[in-house]
Amino acid sequence: MFCSGRICCLNISGFDLGRCVFGYGHEVNIMIKIKNLTKKFDQLVAVDDLSFEVKEGEVLGFLGPNGAGKSTTMKVITGFLAPSGGSVSIDGYDIVTNPIEAKSLIGYLPEGAPSYGEMTTIEFLRFIARVRGFRGETIKEKVSRVIDEVALGGVTQQPIETLSKGFRRRVGLAQAIMHDPKVLILDEPTDGLDPNQKHHVRELIRNLAKDRIVIISTHILEEVTAVCSRAIIIAEGKIVADGTPAELEARSRYHQAVSVQLSADYDLEADLADLTTVEAVEKVDGAERTYIILANHNQSIFSEVSSIARNRQWPVAAFHIERGQLEDVFRSVTQQTEGV
Amino acid sequence: MGNLGTVFQREFMSYFATPLAYVFVVIFLVTNGIFTFDLGGFFIRGQADLLPFFGFHPWLYLFMVPAIAMTLWADERKTGTIELLLTLPVRLSDVVLGKFLAAWALTGIALLLTFPIWITVNYLGDPDNGVILAAYLGSWFMAGGFLAIGSCMSACTRNSVIAFILTVSICFLFVLLGSPILLNAFPAWVPQFFVDAFSAMGFLTHFDSISKGVLDIRDLLFFAVFIALWLMASAVVIEMKKAN
Repeated sequence: MFCSGRICCLNISGFDLGRCVFGYGHEVNIMIKIKNLTKKFDQLVAVDDLSFEVKEGEVLGFLGPNGAGKSTTMKVITGFLAPSGGSVSIDGYDIVTNPIEAKSLIGYLPEGAPSYGEMTTIEFLRFIARVRGFRGETIKEKVSRVIDEVALGGVTQQPIETLSKGFRRRVGLAQAIMHDPKVLILDEPTDGLDPNQKHHVRELIRNLAKDRIVIISTHILEEVTAVCSRAIIIAEGKIVADGTPAELEARSRYHQAVSVQLSADYDLEADLADLTTVEAVEKVDGAERTYIILANHNQSIFSEVSSIARNRQWPVAAFHIERGQLEDVFRSVTQQTEGV
Repeated sequence: MGNLGTVFQREFMSYFATPLAYVFVVIFLVTNGIFTFDLGGFFIRGQADLLPFFGFHPWLYLFMVPAIAMTLWADERKTGTIELLLTLPVRLSDVVLGKFLAAWALTGIALLLTFPIWITVNYLGDPDNGVILAAYLGSWFMAGGFLAIGSCMSACTRNSVIAFILTVSICFLFVLLGSPILLNAFPAWVPQFFVDAFSAMGFLTHFDSISKGVLDIRDLLFFAVFIALWLMASAVVIEMKKAN
């Protein structure tokens, strides 16, 4: 077992369990504290009395429909916009009263990864390193480290405006991690990238997440299951759901549902009619002879359904249990508030 | 600490990363030459001074300086880099001042590169070099005044063309304030102190006396305070408008 700071990891004979025990004999450090945060633009309330905390080691996915207040919240947390009410503190530093100290702890990738197009990658990164307070040889070290980390080696001498979107995003990530920030905030880091680039950026985020807290805003739900340890869904400036991705999935009506693909036509519903634990059978749109058997109140129905399938000899091609669909939860919680 | 220098360096280098600095300097020198020798009658006057040279500076600056000031903040807003810049651990005052100083240094370089005309006038005659030095200083401070207005106007909009037009208009106003044309237009019943106050705000009032060799500290102070006020106004505007 080895410990660094407040995080202890079990490491048995070289086999990394990949699970770290937080607060092993210590208190878990709350890095970001957001209290009753409100942001108004004239009449419009973009962020409405938001409160949450983020602990060390968390990768928080910040979800919400477009215009829900995700970007505004991030802009307030990073000190770009002043809050209309409430407070944000980063490791004890209030973003309004101690902006320089708080900003020094944060690495931020704004939406669209803006950077100075006329500068070359290396010039830009050197500038960031200088602003972050590094001088002399340390600048070289820091810059070459981040270039390695996000694989920018081939484009260091190119003006940023000539780079592809994927590379520009990586330049944005590189500047955000320059000073090894305790808090990394990424606003839609994979927006507009192709699937390969998305995969690469997610891989990067997973690597970066190891010893810091990361907040990612996104409306891509697969990203949350791919990289996040916690997800907050906001709609109209308010938190409508907060939990681990698995917990959120469990709130889906598809949680514990069984999906069946048949190789020949067969009437499933007749066989399942007597089963009280089954709520309904839905045909999946666009897939031939594929059905989802929904469970009543998220009870486990897999064993019951599978024994019926065996006894009645369903012509089964595929048979598996659903974890629940985040998309479904997302839609139900965000549309609820829209309806009100 | 020391981020004023970092911001200054980045801004200053960025002028030279694009053709902007070169175009600015070359056009400035060429126009200056035409104004001085052609319109100003440098040779015909037969006097060993640079009055025709400096006399055109307010009018030259009127169009040249807004051209470099217009992108100061408008581009940051347009490309979104303002969000990057202002979430870095820098003070807003350092950024406002660093950007201004970088642009001011560029106008300073353009001004220094007019040195052949100084050599010419020294070769042809025996001018008062003290007066010329004072006039150079005054001219540079006046350019700073134009730039500070430009900084504030650029902060007002994300469209640099609008920033240009606004800057030219306001600068034109401040040039006119001290000119005899406007002062004579006041009817007789207007109290004299009002006319004086009006003229005291004009660029020409201060620049004319400096370029004639009367280096009154109050004239330089006027430009310094003028610059400081417009830069403070820039900071306020940026703070107010960065959300949209």
